[in-house]
Amino acid sequence: MGNGAKTAKLFLCAMVLVAAAASCGWADPPAGAGAISSGDTAWVLVSAALVMMMTAPALALFYGGLVRRKNVLSVLMQCMVVLCLVSVQWVVMGYSLSFGPDHGGVIGDFSWFGLRGVSASSSNSYASTVPHQAFMVFQMMFAVITPALIIGAFAERMRFGPFCIFILLWTTIVYDPVAHWVWGKGGILSCLDAGGNSVKGALDFAGGTVVHVNAGAAALACAIFLGKRKGFVDKLSPPHNLPFAVIGAGLLWFGWFGFNAGSALGANGLATSAFVATHIAAAVGGLSWGAMDWIFNRRPTVLGMITGVVAGLVAITPAAGFVSLTGALAVGIGSGVIPWVFVSIVKVKMGYDDALDAFGVHGIGGMWGAVATGIFALVSVNSGGSGLLDGNGSQVLWQLKAVGLTAAYSFGMTFGLLKLVDLVATLRASEHEEAVGLDLTQHREAAYTLVD
Amino acid sequence: MKYIIAVIQPDRLDEVLDRLSEKEIHLVTVMPVMGRGRQKGIAEVYRSHKEAGSLLRKVKLEIAVNDEFVEATIQAILVGGRTGNIGDGKIFVLPMEECIRIRTGETGGTAIG
Repeated sequence: MGNGAKTAKLFLCAMVLVAAAASCGWADPPAGAGAISSGDTAWVLVSAALVMMMTAPALALFYGGLVRRKNVLSVLMQCMVVLCLVSVQWVVMGYSLSFGPDHGGVIGDFSWFGLRGVSASSSNSYASTVPHQAFMVFQMMFAVITPALIIGAFAERMRFGPFCIFILLWTTIVYDPVAHWVWGKGGILSCLDAGGNSVKGALDFAGGTVVHVNAGAAALACAIFLGKRKGFVDKLSPPHNLPFAVIGAGLLWFGWFGFNAGSALGANGLATSAFVATHIAAAVGGLSWGAMDWIFNRRPTVLGMITGVVAGLVAITPAAGFVSLTGALAVGIGSGVIPWVFVSIVKVKMGYDDALDAFGVHGIGGMWGAVATGIFALVSVNSGGSGLLDGNGSQVLWQLKAVGLTAAYSFGMTFGLLKLVDLVATLRASEHEEAVGLDLTQHREAAYTLVD
Repeated sequence: MKYIIAVIQPDRLDEVLDRLSEKEIHLVTVMPVMGRGRQKGIAEVYRSHKEAGSLLRKVKLEIAVNDEFVEATIQAILVGGRTGNIGDGKIFVLPMEECIRIRTGETGGTAIG
């Protein structure tokens, strides 16, 4: 219990610092000078709220339904804590590190520490028609859901205190730089140079690489580092509440409209085409995963269907604003087949325990989506990106470079961070804690009572 | 006095309760249980991975009866619970030493009815 108390004290100290930082941030004069569009602003703010909902309750229910009943609260709690913790990290320094002035293409800096100079009334060139803070808060929700996705890999066996420390470190040391590489002005993979001009770079409309490949690779590192749950592979109980998982998947789908169509950063045609592509890829992903189940396992499963929906959404994320309907259909079919083969066959042979298939669905699905974006991107959809179908084969190489660099950095750094945190506080729940369940041992609560 | 325990298929419960009511046997405790006999389970499949279905969903009934109702109870469960397939379940008849009604403190046969 000593570690838990220590972590709590750290939290309180951090909160005081945040209050101090915030109080000196708001009064600064506006920086940019674009014309604010009320329509665009409304859409970006609503999208931010939709993406917030994806972490809790959508992902929380999706993951919570798939674990055993003795661990459901621990997963809901982890999602909630990531939401709270990363939101604070983002306004203190995360946003500045990700989107602030470039340093060597690798990372931003502390220029916007505590949102200093990030105006609520005028825009920044990242999104010239919405207030800078609207862009900031929209991006915040992406920084929140990315570490939350990793939970699926180490579900049911990580202690809570070390979990909090790990998440905070991971967001700062892995997410923030990777977001800068791909989306920050001057980032090494970015389509914008430090001056904001278009240059050759990786296409990632809404975070296929930054969010999904990144979280997926970290998930693999977590699954390997923490080891298998007792009883893996054939002595574990099945998902304790699939209806929860279905509600979660449905809410993820709904929230994903904010994630992808919101990434147009305006209420316009591009948002509309991203919206349609997102929806179709999700639908086709669900259908094709369901078909794979039906053909090879003789029954179409509910879990398979919703997994396919999520895989479709993951894969269309980088592509949403670059591909036509044909591209969306292709991405959807691939996302029902490629992660299916990986989760059903390859994973078992590799033998690691990625409890809820965070790597299989987000890592593999994200990689497929990133590559597919390089193939199917059309200038006729978005002047900012052309792919193999447009005769621009080099875009596929850019996509592979982004995937490779992100996956390697994320996997390596995650492994290092886990080792580091493990030196200070043991990450893995004890055999007893795992057997009793994390709900009772980490939180002294139970999700379900026996009587009344 | 006998204590009768029956493990039956969940989907036969309503039928068994109806047959018991017809014979004026109302006292019954019902609970959902997991169990297994010779019947093989239906393996559940999650993301292509089979979860061993070694235990099956069943319903357990517990009924305390006076001796003259024992045969009628058994018959009601047999008629209501039988499908003829493997997995229809079992009936266990146990001797019962005492029965006390909590509300009145009555004991023995009068407490059962």
